[in-house]
Amino acid sequence: MNFESILFKNADYCKIEETAEEQDFFIDLNLNQIIDSVTSSRQEEYNLRPFFYFTLHDIDSISYRQEIMKELENKTLFDSIKKFSQEMHSIRVHLALSDKLYYKYNKQGWFLEAIKNYCDAITNLAGDLSIMDLKSSGFISFRKYITDYAKSESFTLLQSEMKKLKADLSNIRYCILIGGSRVRVRKYKSEIDYSLEIEKTFEKFKQGSVKDYKLTYHTDAGMNHVEANILNLVAKLFSEIFLRLDNYCLKNTNFLNEKIVSFDREVQFYISYLEYIESIKKADLKFCYPELSSVSKEIYDYEGFDLALAHKLNWEGRTVVCNDFYLVGKERIFVVSGPNQGGKTTFARTFGQLHYLASLGCPVPGKRAKLFLYDRIFTHFEKEEDIKNLRGKLQDDLVRIHSILEQATPNSIIIMNEIFTSTTLQDSIFLSKKIMEKIIKLNLLCVWVTFIVELAYFSKEIVSVVSTVFPENPALRTFKILRKPADGLAFAISIAEKYKLTHDKIMERIKS
Amino acid sequence: MKVFLMYKDKDLDPDPKLQPNEKSLIQDLELNTLFNAMANGNSDLFDVARKVFLSSLNDPDKILYRQDILKDCIKNASVIRNIYDITIETLEFRRTHWFGGFFSSSPSSILYDAIQTMQLFVKMLRKLKNIADEQSEKFESEGFRTFFAMLKKEFDNEYFDIIQNHLKELQFRNGVLVSAELVSGNVGNNYVLRKPPDKKGNLLKRVFSKRSPTYTFFIDPRDESGARALSELRDRGINLAANALAQSAEHILSFFNVLKLELAFYIGCLNLYEHLVQLEEPVSFPIPTLSTFRKNSFKELYDVCLALTMKKKVIGNDVNADGKDLVIITGANQGGKSTFLRSIGLAQLMMQCGMFVPAEFFCVSISERLFTHYKRKEDVTMKSGKFDEELSRMSDILDNITKNSLILFNESFAATNEREGSEIARQIATALLKKNIRVFFVTHMYELAGGFYKKRLKNAIFLIAERLSDGKRTFRIIEGKPLKTSFGKDLYKKIITKYNNVK
Repeated sequence: MNFESILFKNADYCKIEETAEEQDFFIDLNLNQIIDSVTSSRQEEYNLRPFFYFTLHDIDSISYRQEIMKELENKTLFDSIKKFSQEMHSIRVHLALSDKLYYKYNKQGWFLEAIKNYCDAITNLAGDLSIMDLKSSGFISFRKYITDYAKSESFTLLQSEMKKLKADLSNIRYCILIGGSRVRVRKYKSEIDYSLEIEKTFEKFKQGSVKDYKLTYHTDAGMNHVEANILNLVAKLFSEIFLRLDNYCLKNTNFLNEKIVSFDREVQFYISYLEYIESIKKADLKFCYPELSSVSKEIYDYEGFDLALAHKLNWEGRTVVCNDFYLVGKERIFVVSGPNQGGKTTFARTFGQLHYLASLGCPVPGKRAKLFLYDRIFTHFEKEEDIKNLRGKLQDDLVRIHSILEQATPNSIIIMNEIFTSTTLQDSIFLSKKIMEKIIKLNLLCVWVTFIVELAYFSKEIVSVVSTVFPENPALRTFKILRKPADGLAFAISIAEKYKLTHDKIMERIKS
Repeated sequence: MKVFLMYKDKDLDPDPKLQPNEKSLIQDLELNTLFNAMANGNSDLFDVARKVFLSSLNDPDKILYRQDILKDCIKNASVIRNIYDITIETLEFRRTHWFGGFFSSSPSSILYDAIQTMQLFVKMLRKLKNIADEQSEKFESEGFRTFFAMLKKEFDNEYFDIIQNHLKELQFRNGVLVSAELVSGNVGNNYVLRKPPDKKGNLLKRVFSKRSPTYTFFIDPRDESGARALSELRDRGINLAANALAQSAEHILSFFNVLKLELAFYIGCLNLYEHLVQLEEPVSFPIPTLSTFRKNSFKELYDVCLALTMKKKVIGNDVNADGKDLVIITGANQGGKSTFLRSIGLAQLMMQCGMFVPAEFFCVSISERLFTHYKRKEDVTMKSGKFDEELSRMSDILDNITKNSLILFNESFAATNEREGSEIARQIATALLKKNIRVFFVTHMYELAGGFYKKRLKNAIFLIAERLSDGKRTFRIIEGKPLKTSFGKDLYKKIITKYNNVK
């Protein structure tokens, strides 16, 4: 198999990717936060976002990526790739520098440096990969490609000439005699180091540590006209070397291999995601490569969590609460109820995130997961009323739901969060039941967060899950979402007791 | 190049770790009176006196090392004051002339300042060396002999010449020669200052070396940025040399600083000595002995702070308490008990910083640390009760006390009823004694004093403030068994009588 792309098994995809865009449900599921954080440090250099906007819908393509991602979890390989990317980065930096600078030998110096970075990048990576026991088809075919390239005549010549030039240039030593406005430049003739002599003379005074009076001079990449003048004279003193440099730069203007360059970009997809989840893993949270099915809807995920939330809490030094879910047999729909701020929305988001990330070929939060290979994800989260929208909120809800149901197929996923809140309870129960009927009919996977407890008992396809509180202090949430009957009452009573707002308490408190 | 006038083998730490109970000592022993007498209004002297006092020596050899030096100082006071003035002059010049090193950022100006400073330092070192040449014979102490020998050895005239030569060379009359290399981007770097070859010496080498061209260019006088760039190159070249010279100047400066600091202690001692001589008070050099010898004897020991405050000779005491670890002092009010107790603490500290002591004879064992536990005024902040406060201070002391320490109690634990106070004091004192801690206890509590007296301890001695049969106090402390009354009646009577007389 010829190597085409580290992201796509099928070369046809390669062309489409750049047009991919953020989808409607990204904000509802906080996927935009995840993708922004994953890509932020590399966005400018690599423009990785399109890769994360482009989902895969066949199992082969996904397992191609899963294999590569798994392979990259090997630290040795990961480090090699990181080093490679750093060298590729240096090439870009040095080429930009060479472009920007003004003086000829200065430009050439940085161009030569860029070629050195390139040669190092290729040689090191080819060398590293050659001794690794690779498993993924993607990396195995890339290894063949880069090994062949590193052995090619054009590359070896590029490298050997570069090395000779670098060595010759770094052996140059010259002297400058500065007296008033006159500058003299000549070869160095082993004159003794005067600073050392001074240090020796005054050695005997040394005791204890004193202030360091040395100034730190950082060496600029560029140079001023005085330095350029000196460099020109140095070039005259060592004319053969500088002539060779001139010719070399002219001959090798286009030294970069295109496939290697795009490998460098594409592999960042894996690197950036792995780095993102690394810090989260340290908080003892688990990730796994989900099994995907386009047929069975008996899905599950154990010890899953909202990745965006985990990332945020991790920053604050806190840990997210994990939750399990599973569907068996004919079960298709989670109805999530229970106290507010108890993790209901988080549960819904987690469900959506897991499926989306899985369709990118990424490992997902959880110890063990089996997920469905969906065609589309639809979300309906309560939105602020839009003043420009002349329809009322209820009407708006209905229009949106209708459009979702029109487009959804049995392979879609629908995630709904508190709809029909802007009408009477009776109305909303009625409407909800109507919508639920349609969803059940479509036989698709759905998570529905609602306060309408009645929905939980509507049909056998429905699983009731409830956000929970600590029995001893009902004001504290566990953030656990458990499979259990929706009651909707016990919690409110206990909170009321805590605040002395039960019937008896109020009777006592109000003195007659 | 070491001063070593305070220790045989190390400099005086300008910021020593002081005793944790520094504040109590200063307050209870009225140390500021002593420091003021040593300082004669000079805050540097005050500061050094305070620091040396509160970081005692525990080794008799170290104490004797300083005593010898102090004896030399007393003998050659004018020479010592002269050296001290040289250090002051040097440091003062540097303080007013050294701006470059602190405020400017170019090696050129650092180098310029360093050359100026070095020239001054060389001049001052020559002065010191001359004193060494002329005066060293008069000094007998090991400390001064080593110090003068060091000056003579380190600074022969030849060395001064070499320095002068470098100081001239570093003005770069013929330009700055710098070598360089090319690093990434063909940018020049690794600038190293080079010594131009000697015109005569390297003739052979020049004949044989292949002739290679020298290229020259000039910076246009109107090209300001060019001139700046050139001076930066020059600066990069002299960076290390400027640093070496500036650091050397700093080292010499620190030599002068140490010399000043260490002499300051002896100048303070000289000042105090002169005050006491004027008051016709006796001083003597004590005989420091190890704590195991349990020496505890002195003659004509007086409270130096009281003498300085009263500006007259005060009463001294003789006690022979060798082998005694517990000294309980009872007796008449205003009979000199507190003064006596203070004189004990002061002399102990003076001995252990290497000074003379205010006594005709003083032979007391070294104590590892000194603590005072005095009755305090009521806590105005009302944070805790008085007795509570006393016990809390006692607990702080116990956090820091070591065996072979000395502790002075003045009316401690009396802020409760006598029985309880005595019992607590008894338990504390008994435990301290078992830890080889010397205890001086001034108390009114008969339960305490009498209790110990009845035990007939071999290592206890009981002193009383002398009271003549007519009730008059002599302010002398003599040996005597504790009495049940402290003669408050006397005091009362005295006041009443006075009142009656007036009437």
